[in-house]
Amino acid sequence: MLTLERASKTYRVGAFGGGRLVAVRDADFSIAQGEVVSLIGESGSGKSTIGRMILRLISVNGGRITLDGDDIAALRGPALRAYYRVVQGVFQDPFSSFNPIFKVDHAFSLLRGLHGGGLADEAWRLRVDEALASVGLEGGQVLHKYPHQLSGGQLQRVLIARALLLDTRFLVADEIISMLDASTRIDVLNLLGDLKARGLGILFITHDLSLANYISERAIILRRGRVVESGPTRAVFENPLHPYTQQLLGAVPRLHEKWGTGPRSGKADACCYHDAITTTHETGLPAMVEAEPGHFVGCANLYGVCPGDTGAVVRATA
Amino acid sequence: MGLEVTDLRVYYRTLAGDVKALDGVTVAVAEGEIMGLAGESGCGKSTFGNSLIRIDGRMRHVGGRVILDGIELPIADGDAMREFRYKLVSIIPQYAMSALNPTRRIGRMIDELLESRGVRHQELRTELRRRLLLVGLPEAVLGRYPIELSGGMKQRVVMVISTLLDPSLLIADEITSALDVSTQKAVSQTLVQFRDEGFVRSMIVVTHDVSILYQVSDTLAIMYAGRLAEKAPTEELMERPLHPYTRLLISSLPEMGVRFEEERLAGIPGAPPSLLNPPTGCRFRTRCPLADAVCEEQPPFVEVAPGHAVACWKAT
Ligand SMILES: Nc1ncnc2c1ncn2[C@@H]1O[C@H](COP(=O)(O)OP(=O)(O)OP(=O)(O)O)[C@@H](O)[C@H]1O
Ligand SMILES: Nc1ncnc2c1ncn2[C@@H]1O[C@H](COP(=O)(O)OP(=O)(O)OP(=O)(O)O)[C@@H](O)[C@H]1O
Ligand code: SF4
Ligand SMILES: [Mg+2]
Ligand SMILES: [Mg+2]
Repeated sequence: MLTLERASKTYRVGAFGGGRLVAVRDADFSIAQGEVVSLIGESGSGKSTIGRMILRLISVNGGRITLDGDDIAALRGPALRAYYRVVQGVFQDPFSSFNPIFKVDHAFSLLRGLHGGGLADEAWRLRVDEALASVGLEGGQVLHKYPHQLSGGQLQRVLIARALLLDTRFLVADEIISMLDASTRIDVLNLLGDLKARGLGILFITHDLSLANYISERAIILRRGRVVESGPTRAVFENPLHPYTQQLLGAVPRLHEKWGTGPRSGKADACCYHDAITTTHETGLPAMVEAEPGHFVGCANLYGVCPGDTGAVVRATA
Repeated sequence: MGLEVTDLRVYYRTLAGDVKALDGVTVAVAEGEIMGLAGESGCGKSTFGNSLIRIDGRMRHVGGRVILDGIELPIADGDAMREFRYKLVSIIPQYAMSALNPTRRIGRMIDELLESRGVRHQELRTELRRRLLLVGLPEAVLGRYPIELSGGMKQRVVMVISTLLDPSLLIADEITSALDVSTQKAVSQTLVQFRDEGFVRSMIVVTHDVSILYQVSDTLAIMYAGRLAEKAPTEELMERPLHPYTRLLISSLPEMGVRFEEERLAGIPGAPPSLLNPPTGCRFRTRCPLADAVCEEQPPFVEVAPGHAVACWKAT
């Protein structure tokens, strides 16, 4: 189990690092093996920051992240190497994530060192074959090619295979399909579904709600660094409680239904307490409330105390 | 009067030979029409849009004509095109948003741009402000740097600039793909608003996101490997797609409500052909479940119902 306990990240910004930017505040959720959790939010909401904290590419500076109960910030030496083997990331742009001058097999072999004492040639080859097979590729198709000789979908699958070469239990997939075509997208999504069935825990970061809906069992809605709603995907999508979630769902382009003006409140755009976050930071943040089993929402409207708002109507079914 | 393109062929010269990116495209866009153009990455969508504006040194106009509002555009002649560019036909290029000069304030950039197009800015200043306000941008954006604007704001600035001279035709190339859903919706609706306000008369909206096109376009054209596979009124194309590629494409889209656990969608097996040496006959035949011997002949792009044209031997 990978757990975030009120994990927060503040970046130093400005000329001499004098400014502070709270990118993620009190993120509190966990990912079990064998489930896909989607992390949804607009650009700049802190999705990648959460992914990078989990991957230990950046430090956590409030709260903590644990793997099976151990604080990952405290890992050193062999324990840290073990962590990097277990938790892997794949990112948006397959073409820039791969060094263009290396063929696929060479790029793969760079990971061999991460295996403690190293693996024998034969064992390594087996592992590569297995990893490629699990993403629906054969060695002969891709190993001796340079990145530019592969299609976007093939390359993205190669990157996922690379992440699986280690003893991966958790995968952070950050916008991995936004660059792909519709027909290729679905293949990569189905692949994530298959990997999940084999026990991988996946954090699926996206701003595309229909993809999140298709593949994940749980959904987390992030806005300005705060989780505003979370729960089983079906509950969150069919009974969105936070005005921001309602607004997002109202904006999803659907295929057989035109955008209406919709029932959403015009106020949703300027949800009062989230605007307050950027100015007051600590005050005015409503706590998360469990509105139905496993379905949490943090919205002051639930208590009828949202100061600036009159329009948004929230149906709490608790 | 609108746009009429007949058998347009534009190739890229490369060391390995010609890339036949646009190989016989025939299509009409009526006055007032918003045509969506969709298709897999690399099928030639941007090449089509760019050809109507500027055929650069790497491209070669191999054949075909473009007539806009009754005037034949001299697309192969860069200098002769000058008098039509931005005034009669304008484009928001793919990646325009990230191409904004980061060291220039928006206002200054617009001044320079208009100057380079030989337009006196003074005359347009009031109109510029009016339009910025109309798309929800305060006049203050003129004093801001691109980095200070969100993606959606930048995209709306680019839209206002590209249409300031009221062109007859606007080509919008992937202007929503880098945006999140709420911003996508706002920007797409702004496109429709521009048509309704008469800032542009007709539009070609290019994206591979069919569900956005479903929202904003009157007609939809589907492109495959340098040619048009199908074009029809949007509703009809979604309800009664005739080309096998269109059908597979539509069925691979994860609609809201479809879940992996309950209904597993399928992609389209195989990959599009290389445009360096495209196969003879129907270009979809290597992936088409219906392909047989007749498909070795190239199917013509013909109208099978009013406003519904398709290039497939098996579609009637
Ligand atoms: N290294 C950094 N230094 C300073 N600020 C940063 C840094 N990285 C990210 N930020 C800021 O933190 C906030 C969250 O950024 P993050 O990249 O996590 O967003 P995101 O949700 O992944 O957005 P997108 O959808 O655009 O990828 C943004 O305001 C961003 O500008
Ligand atoms: N300068 C160039 N030289 C050679 N080939 C090119 C050049 N530019 C584009 N091509 C090729 O022409 C074809 C059409 O490219 P185009 O950019 O029009 O595709 P597109 O449909 O806009 O794709 P995308 O959805 O990725 O933007 C592609 O196969 C591409 O590789
Ligand atoms: S012409 Fe033949 S190969 Fe081409 S789409 Fe139609 S049936 Fe398929
Ligand atoms: Mg990100
Ligand atoms: Mg393009």
